[in-house]
Amino acid sequence: MIIFGFLAQTLRIVIPYIFAASGGVISERSGLIAIGLEGYMLTGAFCAALASYYSGSPWIGLIGAAAGGIAIALLYAVTAIRFRADQVVVGIAINLLAVGMTRFFLRLTFHSSANSPRVPGFGAEQSGTGVASLASNPLIWMGIAAVALVAWMLYRTPFGLRIRAVGEHPVAATSVGIRVGRIRYLAAALSGMLAGLGGAYLALDQHQFSAEMTAGRGFIALAAVIFGRWDPVRAALACLLFAAADALQIQLQGAQAIPSQFVEMIPYALTIIALAGVVGRATPPAALGKVAE
Amino acid sequence: MSMAESSPAIRLTDIYKSFGPVQANRGASLEVAAGEIHALVGENGAGKSTLMRVLSGMYAPDSGRMEVFGRDVTGWRTAEAIDAGVGMVHQHFMLVPTLTVAENVMLGRELTKNGQLDRERAEREVAELSRATGLAVRADRTVADLSVGEAQRVEILKTLYRGARILILDEPTAVLSPPEIDELWQVLRQVRARGETIVLITHKLDEVMEISDTITVMRNGRTVARLRTAETRPAEIAKAMVGRDVQLAMHYIDEVRGADTAARTHLPPSAPLLEVRDLLVEDARRLTAVNGVSFSVAPGEILGIAGVEGNGQTELLEALAGLRDVRGGRIAIASRDITRLTVKARGDAGLSHIPEDRHARGLILDYSVAENLILGQQHRFTRGVRIDQERIHENARRQIAAYDIRPVDPQLPARALSGGNQQKIVIAREMGRAFQVLLAAQPTRGVDVGAIEFIHARLRDARDAGKAILLVSADLAEILALSDRIAVMYGGRLVTVLPRAEASEEVLGPYMTGAATEHAA
Repeated sequence: MIIFGFLAQTLRIVIPYIFAASGGVISERSGLIAIGLEGYMLTGAFCAALASYYSGSPWIGLIGAAAGGIAIALLYAVTAIRFRADQVVVGIAINLLAVGMTRFFLRLTFHSSANSPRVPGFGAEQSGTGVASLASNPLIWMGIAAVALVAWMLYRTPFGLRIRAVGEHPVAATSVGIRVGRIRYLAAALSGMLAGLGGAYLALDQHQFSAEMTAGRGFIALAAVIFGRWDPVRAALACLLFAAADALQIQLQGAQAIPSQFVEMIPYALTIIALAGVVGRATPPAALGKVAE
Repeated sequence: MSMAESSPAIRLTDIYKSFGPVQANRGASLEVAAGEIHALVGENGAGKSTLMRVLSGMYAPDSGRMEVFGRDVTGWRTAEAIDAGVGMVHQHFMLVPTLTVAENVMLGRELTKNGQLDRERAEREVAELSRATGLAVRADRTVADLSVGEAQRVEILKTLYRGARILILDEPTAVLSPPEIDELWQVLRQVRARGETIVLITHKLDEVMEISDTITVMRNGRTVARLRTAETRPAEIAKAMVGRDVQLAMHYIDEVRGADTAARTHLPPSAPLLEVRDLLVEDARRLTAVNGVSFSVAPGEILGIAGVEGNGQTELLEALAGLRDVRGGRIAIASRDITRLTVKARGDAGLSHIPEDRHARGLILDYSVAENLILGQQHRFTRGVRIDQERIHENARRQIAAYDIRPVDPQLPARALSGGNQQKIVIAREMGRAFQVLLAAQPTRGVDVGAIEFIHARLRDARDAGKAILLVSADLAEILALSDRIAVMYGGRLVTVLPRAEASEEVLGPYMTGAATEHAA
């Protein structure tokens, strides 16, 4: 029973990670550093709550989350591509902007500095760890499908081939008539959409938006992208590992045997160990973070 | 009369193109008839590559008119140029290393089946074209795993696959060994026989004479001469290329032919200054790049290391200079072990290093000429804890005069100087101080003819003054012109070491491709 609870818990936790990591893979393979995933997720979470609240439908919430994620990702892309700004600096600014903007609109629309009122989600209550309540959440299935779709898109379609070419050798792509900027804008939009949906999962699962509710998940997802060596399936597996560490942490907290502060560190310590141990040998896309000519 | 004969394949008129303050093309023109091999020649920086990038749609011209097969195509995009059959093989290959040959060939005009990439068809078509043209490539290989020669074949195949009727090649022989060059000429003649037009960018006159039908000479961004190959001589082309002072250019050509090589047969019988034993070095991917190399260089000797780039020369030099850890073996200067010393300590032990990439390693482009002239030597220009500006300027004044660095202004940032003068800064710094052993890597790469002559003379002077010089160059002519002994590096090993008198392009070629091996003692 404990094992089952652990697995269900892991599945619950992993979904926002794999949405964001799938988006991160697309972005980074095109040459855009996905440091803004955290901001995309937070924006997506807020837009999901907002759209769901006013429409009464979580599906409209998802559309809102996708739109919000795309919008903020395109803001990043325009700054990085059109205005050639340093991607790391802009990415961090985007994350800070998302924190401030969601707080601002939270106050403006819901007159609260902490959280929104209850919004419609999938299923009546915050999803427990039961199979039925998990299976009834369409976002779980969409998240798993996203990994497969991104992998298919990246390796099996002309668009994916172009993304990989643009992230590896943009001048070569230009020389065969590919519009590098256009491919990167599209990749950014897709990454914003996917990370936005990851954020939507958080808000709709808890039936409310609360300030800074992503709590670093975007960064964990970025770590998973790197740990998974920029491959969508491996990145998803890395997400699973981090989610399992998270679930373990939750289980252990009940046990009281170890100080809770230590237990809470597990997923983050694991992230650091994983990155230090494995990524030393991984090669990122060659043009990652570089301004295209 | 066919269309091709009624209008030339290419007609560029009065092309201007600037990059910021740099005017790469200022009134350049080019006319090439269909079905010929046309050589576009000129010194480095004459604007040849820029003009061809304009033609292939990578750059839009600032002004001027472009016609291809009689059609006005001024300022077109790359995709339009490709559709119209204009393809360019760039000096730095435009291949994505992580993709396969077939993926690279179809990139930009992908073959699909039900919305998915049709890899099998792409590989089949590449194999068919490979057979038809004699360009041997394996379609399913990843480009990163190919040799330079293979990668170039993929590039040519890629342009032909896109239906190129005009094929532009930018310095295609720079990365090839002599047998690979012969193979390339065969392929180009075959392509010409199919009726295709070829523009060959080069600054090597022997290539021009061997392969071209007609010639356009560029200088300082302008077109200065149009010649028929059958009716001209190398001297005439060289005169047009350099404009002034033909003697310099001709002198280098004599040098290349070996007429002027004072290769000295009697080496001084003294202990070696530089000694390397069983050196093992890994590259950035932790693969063995230098695999048990041993050699020594005597005082008053230039040892030239020939070889196609990427056979471990870079790693060897970096290991000797102290920029890369060695996994095994020993390096000694004048019998003193320096294997584990820092770069600074090696410098103090008498090692000077002209790095192969002056922008990455030789200079800080935003620093002034005076500052660049003391880089790595700053501990010798201090007063207490402060930098001694006065001595730095005194040093700069002396070096600028001695090495003829232009313009004469020690305060100018190094970025503002031409490639040749930038290289002279590096040469002045490394050779203008006390040293015993000099590592000279690609000392004249991207440098104009006058500066090449000057640098070669300085290297000979240093040799005659009893220094030991290790010369690594991709330019076989340069190796032959300067070295007393010549080693060939292939696959991380020195496959042969010959006295200059026994070496020639014909002898060295098979070693450079790995066709011949004979382990040096």
